[in-house]
Amino acid sequence: MGQILDFTLLFLLLVTAVATARVRDLFAAVMLSGIYGLVSASFFVTMDAVDVAFTEAAVGAGVFPLLLLAVLAMVGRYEKTAYRRPWAALILVTITGAMLVNGTLDMPAFGSADSPAQQHVAQRYIEESPEEIGIPNMVTSVLASYRGYDTLGEVVVIFTAAIGVLALLPSLGGGVRRKRESDGMGDHQVLRIVSKILMPVILLFALYVQFHGEYGPGGGFQAGVIFAAGIILYTMLFGLDTAQAVIKPSVLRVLAATGVLLYGGVGLLSFLSGANFLDYSALAEDPVSGQHIGIILIELGVGITVAAAIILIFFAFSEAAGENGEET
Amino acid sequence: MVTDFYNYWIVIALMMIGFFIVIVQGNLVKKLIGLNIFQTSVFIFYISIAKVEGGTAPILTEGVVLYSNPLPHVLILTAIVVGIATMALALSLVVRIHKAYGTIEEEELQERDHEC
Amino acid sequence: MLSHLPILQVIIPLLAAPACLLLDRGRIAWAFSCAVAIVSLAISLSLLHQVSGAGPLSYELGGWDAPWGIEYRIDLLSAYVLLVVNGVATLVLVAARSSVAAEIDEAKQPLFYVLYMLCLAGLLGIIATGDIFNVFVFLEISSLATYALIALGRDRRALWAAYQYLIVGTIGATFILVGIGFLYSLTGTLNMADLAQRLPALAESASVYAAFAFLVVGVCLKLALFPLHLWLPNAYAYAPSIVTAFLAATATKVAVYLLLRFHFSVFGASFTDPVLPLEGIFLVLGIAGVFVASIVAIFEDNIKRLFAYSSVAQIGYMVIGMGIGSATGVQATLLHLFNHALMKGALFLALAAVVYRLGGANFSHIRGLGRTMPLTMAAIVVAGLSLVGVPGTVGFITKWYLVMAAINGSHWLLVPAILLGSLLALVYVWRIVEAAYFSEPVAGTETCREAPLGLLLAMWLLVIANVYFGLDTRLPVAASDGAVRLLMGGAG
Repeated sequence: MGQILDFTLLFLLLVTAVATARVRDLFAAVMLSGIYGLVSASFFVTMDAVDVAFTEAAVGAGVFPLLLLAVLAMVGRYEKTAYRRPWAALILVTITGAMLVNGTLDMPAFGSADSPAQQHVAQRYIEESPEEIGIPNMVTSVLASYRGYDTLGEVVVIFTAAIGVLALLPSLGGGVRRKRESDGMGDHQVLRIVSKILMPVILLFALYVQFHGEYGPGGGFQAGVIFAAGIILYTMLFGLDTAQAVIKPSVLRVLAATGVLLYGGVGLLSFLSGANFLDYSALAEDPVSGQHIGIILIELGVGITVAAAIILIFFAFSEAAGENGEET
Repeated sequence: MVTDFYNYWIVIALMMIGFFIVIVQGNLVKKLIGLNIFQTSVFIFYISIAKVEGGTAPILTEGVVLYSNPLPHVLILTAIVVGIATMALALSLVVRIHKAYGTIEEEELQERDHEC
Repeated sequence: MLSHLPILQVIIPLLAAPACLLLDRGRIAWAFSCAVAIVSLAISLSLLHQVSGAGPLSYELGGWDAPWGIEYRIDLLSAYVLLVVNGVATLVLVAARSSVAAEIDEAKQPLFYVLYMLCLAGLLGIIATGDIFNVFVFLEISSLATYALIALGRDRRALWAAYQYLIVGTIGATFILVGIGFLYSLTGTLNMADLAQRLPALAESASVYAAFAFLVVGVCLKLALFPLHLWLPNAYAYAPSIVTAFLAATATKVAVYLLLRFHFSVFGASFTDPVLPLEGIFLVLGIAGVFVASIVAIFEDNIKRLFAYSSVAQIGYMVIGMGIGSATGVQATLLHLFNHALMKGALFLALAAVVYRLGGANFSHIRGLGRTMPLTMAAIVVAGLSLVGVPGTVGFITKWYLVMAAINGSHWLLVPAILLGSLLALVYVWRIVEAAYFSEPVAGTETCREAPLGLLLAMWLLVIANVYFGLDTRLPVAASDGAVRLLMGGAG
């Protein structure tokens, strides 16, 4: 049964990928890309990777297509040129693929429980993290503590992207902004009311995901994305100006920086009691409760930076789209 | 043999379709969509490595002894974030290129560069 | 606090970046970044001192033992490369103020320095870490910052160059990710020292070869090894001048470091792939890179692009050293890593000064500039001679070690090839000398003044280093010698 499901999902992915390669309408390609994200997320669920599925659904079927749509609104939806040098590319891709297939031949069989990947480092995470860290979700334990430094890097990556986008797209908050006519969809009475009911639910859900990551799937990143999604929904309905009046870009910049600094600051706190960077055990008398405090704090840092960065990026794109609209 | 690896092979086919789109497509947005397929397929590759037959999601549950491997999950969570960060930056470049050149087709861009 | 130095080396610039965002003005952001870079440089000096005395340092992040947590591992090789990167990054940053003020909008200047700090922290993180997945994370931090920095160039072609680099860089990073995936599935670990212990038992496995191939190709895309270099010339030519100086002197060096680390520390010096005989391939691609890129450079009109092609050629020399594969060959690679940073740092800073005064760096701009900007042009001449490999400069030291390695390894054909490569470099450097000293200035440039003090200072410090380390080679030779012994360890 499980195998049939796996195979069906993989087959769907294959169909989606081929369709993406063939379709000439970029709008359709964006939709296919969203489908690809959603099907991958479903596949992750069948692979028991619920945290990853959650994130992939939010990113692959949410944030990415949304950004693509914002860009298509500016650059047009049909592509012009035909394939360039398709044969050379086909040869290159075939060679690369053949090397990969050849590489799989000596890999441990799919799903085996006694392969090195399952045996060596991972075993400790599975067997001891519930006692060492004191929380049931092992993914959160590894993410926030054993490999907490990678996660700091991850937060810095999204921070870097936000700074890069700010540096490239028309300035946010700086310079004189013209007041635009209502550019949202706020005139629709039904949308207005539904969204007003929906907003608090979305934001509450974000908070739930933020603090529930230790017990179930979720955590700072997912919470940040959901929170950002709420604000993005608000922006789409009521227009950029209204949204920026509620949440000022200058505040978002400070928040994006604060999240990273909070994370790094928790790491530096460990120095005070002579422990290494990011050693949360040093944060309290009892190592396990120290881990607990550390994880809550750094997840908060992740959530703040991710939410602020994604909202900033979305604002920057909307603003660019607005200017584009005025020119044409 | 085939049942051991068919999963990986389909994933490799997915990766290569994405890679192919990146190379042959002249449209800058379409290239990014291809790149996203390429990256997402690598994520599927990792998550497949983590799968344990008969295991459950790595959240401690009463009476369960077999869990999927949490480590690749963590790595891919990071990689997904890196991926979307790259895409956001790339898309902002596309917007700027469109503003500066009036096109996002590779061939036309190269022509316009040769003009000046 | 001394025991925390390995992490402080990376975390100080890393956290300085968001802190820098809170500073509103370009000038303050610059001063703050300079202070951070100087502290970072001091840390790397201290690390090199510690490591050469007491051997490799290990630092367990989060307090978790090595294969379970992420480990920072500083040995002589990483300490040496950390010093090179920090040294150049600091000098370039000190020089940056006037050039950045001229080339970047006032409102974006703080963002520029934030990105610079992020890029630096990313590069340092790649060097310091002992965990292979952590390499990927920090590689992406530095890469994302780099793409944005390049795109800040004033020419619209900077945008297109940044996009192309982003595509190539992301493909490279994804290849590296695939390689890491194979390694993890085979060994169950991500720690490089642990990998090195577990891989020999799997030496004949097709999956290990695949992992190796994907890691090497991924890094070579970042390294801009010929023929994977196509992204580099435009990226260097149209990036803001300061960014070019920074990248040319650091980013490719870190890629060389990664290649050495993967090849020697993870897979082991004796590892060879029967399908992909790396050493032969490196020799062929290295020589081809030297010739093709040098010849293209000779016909280039934009001097930033000229030196960008020259960088592709110089990467060729570094790869030739690795291709020879002997201890002397790898030492030549390491020496050139240091020497090339000094040369290109000086050259691109001098070009930044030219762009600052004249608004561009084509041959038409520098005609007769030997009279109006004597110090800047003299810097280009000395650093250019170093590039050629004239005795008394660091360039000569590299060529000397390379030729020795070629002779010892009986690669007779390499010797004339290296000499011919130098001759080609002489041709393009001579073109600049000719334009600067033996041509009449273009109307309007007679009143041009010498470069601003900050730029002159940093540029000349690098020029002096080019000569100083060409005469007194103790520091780089001792450090690279120790690093090579560490790398080649088991294989003798």
